[in-house]
Amino acid sequence: MKWLSQNWEHVIGLMVNHLLLAIPAIVMSVIIAVPLGRLAQQKPWLGKPLLSFATLMYAVPSLPLLVIIPSVLGLPLRSSATMIVALTLYGVALMVRTAADGFASIDQGTHEAAIAIGHSRRSLFWKVNLPLAIPVLASGVRVVVVSTIALVTIGALLGQSSLGTLLTDGFQRGIVAEVLTGVVLTIVLAVLLDLLVVLAKNLLAPWVRSGRAAV
Amino acid sequence: MDYLLAAFAWLADSSHWTGRSGIPNRLLQHLAVTSVVVSIAAVIALPIGILIGHTHRGSGVVGAIVGAARSIPTLGLLTLFGLGLGIGLRAPILALVVLAMPSLLAGAYAGIETVKPEVTDAARAIGLSEWQIVSRVEIPLSAPVIIGGIRSATLQVVSTATLAAYIADAGLGRFLFTGLKTRDYAQMVGGAIMVITLALILELILAGIQRLARRISHPQLLTTTMKRN
Amino acid sequence: MIEFQRVSKTYPGGFEAVREFSLVIPDRSIFVLVGSSGSGKTTLLRMVNRMIEPTSGRVLIDDEDVRDQDPVQLRRSIGYVLQDGGLMPHRNVLDNVVAVPILNGVSRLVAHGSAKKLLEQVGLTPDLGHRYPAQLSGGQRQRVGVARALAANPTILLMDEPFGAVDPIVRRELQDELKALQAELGKTIVFVTHDVDEAVRLADYMAVLAEHAIIAQVGSPQSILAQPADDFVRDFVGTDSQRVLTVRQVGGRDLAIDATGRPVGVLS
Repeated sequence: MKWLSQNWEHVIGLMVNHLLLAIPAIVMSVIIAVPLGRLAQQKPWLGKPLLSFATLMYAVPSLPLLVIIPSVLGLPLRSSATMIVALTLYGVALMVRTAADGFASIDQGTHEAAIAIGHSRRSLFWKVNLPLAIPVLASGVRVVVVSTIALVTIGALLGQSSLGTLLTDGFQRGIVAEVLTGVVLTIVLAVLLDLLVVLAKNLLAPWVRSGRAAV
Repeated sequence: MDYLLAAFAWLADSSHWTGRSGIPNRLLQHLAVTSVVVSIAAVIALPIGILIGHTHRGSGVVGAIVGAARSIPTLGLLTLFGLGLGIGLRAPILALVVLAMPSLLAGAYAGIETVKPEVTDAARAIGLSEWQIVSRVEIPLSAPVIIGGIRSATLQVVSTATLAAYIADAGLGRFLFTGLKTRDYAQMVGGAIMVITLALILELILAGIQRLARRISHPQLLTTTMKRN
Repeated sequence: MIEFQRVSKTYPGGFEAVREFSLVIPDRSIFVLVGSSGSGKTTLLRMVNRMIEPTSGRVLIDDEDVRDQDPVQLRRSIGYVLQDGGLMPHRNVLDNVVAVPILNGVSRLVAHGSAKKLLEQVGLTPDLGHRYPAQLSGGQRQRVGVARALAANPTILLMDEPFGAVDPIVRRELQDELKALQAELGKTIVFVTHDVDEAVRLADYMAVLAEHAIIAQVGSPQSILAQPADDFVRDFVGTDSQRVLTVRQVGGRDLAIDATGRPVGVLS
């Protein structure tokens, strides 16, 4: 606590950096994974290899990936772009299967009824399939949020400033309080963002709760 | 791209393949750490997971542990153990054991949990003891899921063992950290390629084993899943 | 007027659902297609709003080939009622009812205004408007389904086994209300069912379908019950067994007795 009270301005700065890396990656992951999941669910010949590739992608260790990406894409080693690309790759790999499951969970009868009353292809996706997939998609986003927030800390090993900096700096200088602060705040950040996703889900999918209440 | 070519040149250089800090030795260290960690974690976590799955008691705890484990930064755990236990292999091995346990626990618990109550009921009715139900019915039926847990735990450990080189002089991660410190990017990227290759090979092997287990324990499932796809 | 002209449908995989089907469905009547499952009746219904395209032949609405129309616009212009309502689980009752007008670009405010009247028309109180489908009973969901089909004021209603998922008492109620609604609004209703009793109760005209949607007999319920065309129809409508009534005098009144000896009514 004493260490934190003396360094809180520095810590807040690191927390902001942490979020600046994590949030774009989370948003990108969702934007990419949802259409890919939809595609995988609609076209199994494409979906099967896609999902296998996602599993394989998730098996790639994070630090080596952070080292490889700059040399493949020609980015500098210490850049937020490298970090965001890597985090997005993991996020997509984590979420694409859940996204496919989300669209597959939609009742076929509802889907057909929507076509029968005259939804166009586009309104079918935006007004029927996407909203109905929200509960499952949200569970996928929660996993992505929590794992991304934790993964950002790895960047500190390459000098990318985030709450992970407290871990490397604290370790090198032998300050347990600093490392502990880093660990606890990373977890707190993950829990807070996770709560935000749950809140958003409840707002966007009110029928899930009231439906259960009726039964 | 230049770094990539340099990295392959570094990997091809025979002088990097001998000695205490050579690639074969580092690879062996990496594999040794991984297998020791997964074995210790499995000996602890699998029986607990199986017990919870069999008795249906404490299932909420498993969910909470697995969820919470995802949010713990692995680097944080490693550095905390490093500070507490000093330089050496003890700290990373303990930290890795802690990190490997949730996946194993979840796999064992979820696997046993999916065995239908009618099946265990029938086993009990024909006179199997509780231990026989676990060893002859539940474990064989849930083997694919339990192996799935071992698969993800192993991959996590292989991956995190790279980070362990940050606090101990062991494993393929050394190439990354030495390369980073001395600005020897060829060594750094070369090490990264080694770790990624190792992880992918392990993933393919373990996925194959899991598929085999599925075929043995649920021969009929295979046809239905194929139809659904 | 809906007209089927030598319509056939063979599904990929070789199942022949409909073979050379021709029929004219007059305006402002309830026309029931009745047949056992697999007789192709639902396939016929779904050809009208192009949910299914025929392999050969034409379907005409007011002498216009449906194939010349945009399928999405066509579907919005025809009311469709499905089993259990086919409601959108993520929309409340009001939004479900006005789904088609909103797809057609009517503002939500205007649409909601007319939705209350529609709910009353199908026997629901407007305060149900803010519930979700999962919070309704089966009968209520079905009524919302009918209200939705009426919302865009179509001249044609297609009903695909709409009352199959509700219990017999509610089904009877819904059938009576549908008849009343039809008398009031004068829609052209094509109704598909496997239940002969339902067909007889609702139909102005009915067609009994055999396999491959081959018409075994078409006509008013009275004429079909009175003069079944062949053994298939006789068997299907059950004039040989449960529908045969005998009269027995008890205490000076004429009781109608069914095949099992149970009294089902009194003759006046």
